[in-house]
Amino acid sequence: MLFRRIVIDKITSTWMILTMSLILMLPLLIGTGLYMKALPMFGQQGFLHLIGTAEWSPSQGKFGFWPFIASSLYVTIISFLMSAPVCLLAAIYLTQFSSVRLVRIMHPIIDILAGLPSVIYGVWGILVIVPFVSNLLAPVFKINSTGYSILSGGIVLAVMCIPYMLNMIIEVFNTVPVGLKEAALSLGATLWESVKHVVVKKSFPGIISAYGLGLAKAFGETIAVMMVVGNRVQVTSNPFEAGYPLPALIANNYGEMLSIPQYDSALMFAALLLLLIILTINLLFRYFIYKTREQ
Amino acid sequence: MYRENIIPIPGQVQAETTPDQMLSNIIKIENLNVYAGHQHILKNINLEIPRNKVTVLLGPSGCGKTTLLKCMNRLTELYKELKVSGHIYIEDDDILNSNRNIASLRQKMGLLSQRPFPLPVSIYKNVAYGIKLKGIRDRKLIDYSVERNLREVGLWNEVKDRLNSPASGLSIGQQQRLCLARGLAVKPRIILADEPTSALDPISSKIIENLFKEMKKHYTIILVTHIMRQAVRLADHVVFMYYGEIIEQGNPKKLFKNPQTEKLRKYITEGN
Repeated sequence: MLFRRIVIDKITSTWMILTMSLILMLPLLIGTGLYMKALPMFGQQGFLHLIGTAEWSPSQGKFGFWPFIASSLYVTIISFLMSAPVCLLAAIYLTQFSSVRLVRIMHPIIDILAGLPSVIYGVWGILVIVPFVSNLLAPVFKINSTGYSILSGGIVLAVMCIPYMLNMIIEVFNTVPVGLKEAALSLGATLWESVKHVVVKKSFPGIISAYGLGLAKAFGETIAVMMVVGNRVQVTSNPFEAGYPLPALIANNYGEMLSIPQYDSALMFAALLLLLIILTINLLFRYFIYKTREQ
Repeated sequence: MYRENIIPIPGQVQAETTPDQMLSNIIKIENLNVYAGHQHILKNINLEIPRNKVTVLLGPSGCGKTTLLKCMNRLTELYKELKVSGHIYIEDDDILNSNRNIASLRQKMGLLSQRPFPLPVSIYKNVAYGIKLKGIRDRKLIDYSVERNLREVGLWNEVKDRLNSPASGLSIGQQQRLCLARGLAVKPRIILADEPTSALDPISSKIIENLFKEMKKHYTIILVTHIMRQAVRLADHVVFMYYGEIIEQGNPKKLFKNPQTEKLRKYITEGN
């Protein structure tokens, strides 16, 4: 009997280690696969040359990835600047100030928003945001724009990221014990002071980590952005111009690349680049959280 | 041993109590009712709390002691499901129905909760927090007050070399004393203590209890506890509560020797 129990114990623990190592291997396997496929790219040009130049004409064998990287960064930063403060303030209001009834109404709404497929956000972007940018926003700055632009991509992405980050920040705020807030209040703080000095301060690492995850998600988001961003290869500082983010490059061209030599490995290189950038964002935020925890 | 520090802060008036005030009760509660939804948590509480004494709210868990305590500095407002009605007079100020600044009202009372909640800042800033909220900016005055209050709870010698390190690094007993010190720093008249020793080891508990015995010369202490022996050790006045009602109250010696109700008799025999 005892023998049987020991055997079962061994089997279950081995099984768990196996499944866990599979998860551990996954990013490594994906990374290696992409690297192998992208290898022909490195043969011709150096890494820095590939990501630093802006000339993109696959038929002539010229692959400069800078326009795609720049577009991705631009769209992500616009979306982050719009969504981050909204999420923080909304989360503060919902967890600290609002009535129980409002929270009960808001929770399913946020969950629905977070669960909507991104293609729906894309369609909504085409129907609402693109005309809004082209007809209302661009004329304010006396600019001609089709509306299919980096700005539209940023706005749609911001709307997509809000429920995702908001949910995480709400969870973070909910882990702050009420006793801590009571302590600040009993020392004579107003409700806002207690939130600012105690709740937000205590949750700071959590907020940063939610922002990091949101940023990584925004950077990799494909369909919705692709539908509104214009998909033109160019480097521009004007947000009303079209852009062409990295994920869109891969999704748009993967089917039709076989006729052009090296296009295949160029797209794999783009995927590898995406992986590396998201990895870097994650590591940077991890480091930042570690540093703030230390203090 | 904690006496060397009762020196008035220069420029600030130490809260003096006149003989007339000494006789009166500092808190008077009339017809206090608290509901949470349909649940009647506190049922028609009428209570007077004597000045500069330790008043113990005694009773089993969940009988409304903590809620009663939180009514006194209106922390009940944090819990939106609670409906509070009635009157609580603190020095003749009807706090539940007054429009007075609630922050300054809360500064009349120091709060000590079941387990210590140090603010997520340094030891120094924990004590300085309430002082700064009062609008005091004079660095020397704050330094002085921080030291004085840390001495008052017997923590100064233990932390004077690491005032700027995070308060979360202290032991739980030290944290509780820190919480007491930061509460005293805003110069309250009343200490509200909600089972302050329940998370502490016996030695740390003893220190807190001894502090209370010293402090009652200057402060009115209201202590919530379910521990009979703690009530016997500390109380000048005992209020026995059961399911939201005050069952009996009075001098602890008389009350425990000669309980008038079956509920208290049972609590005493089973509590010992």
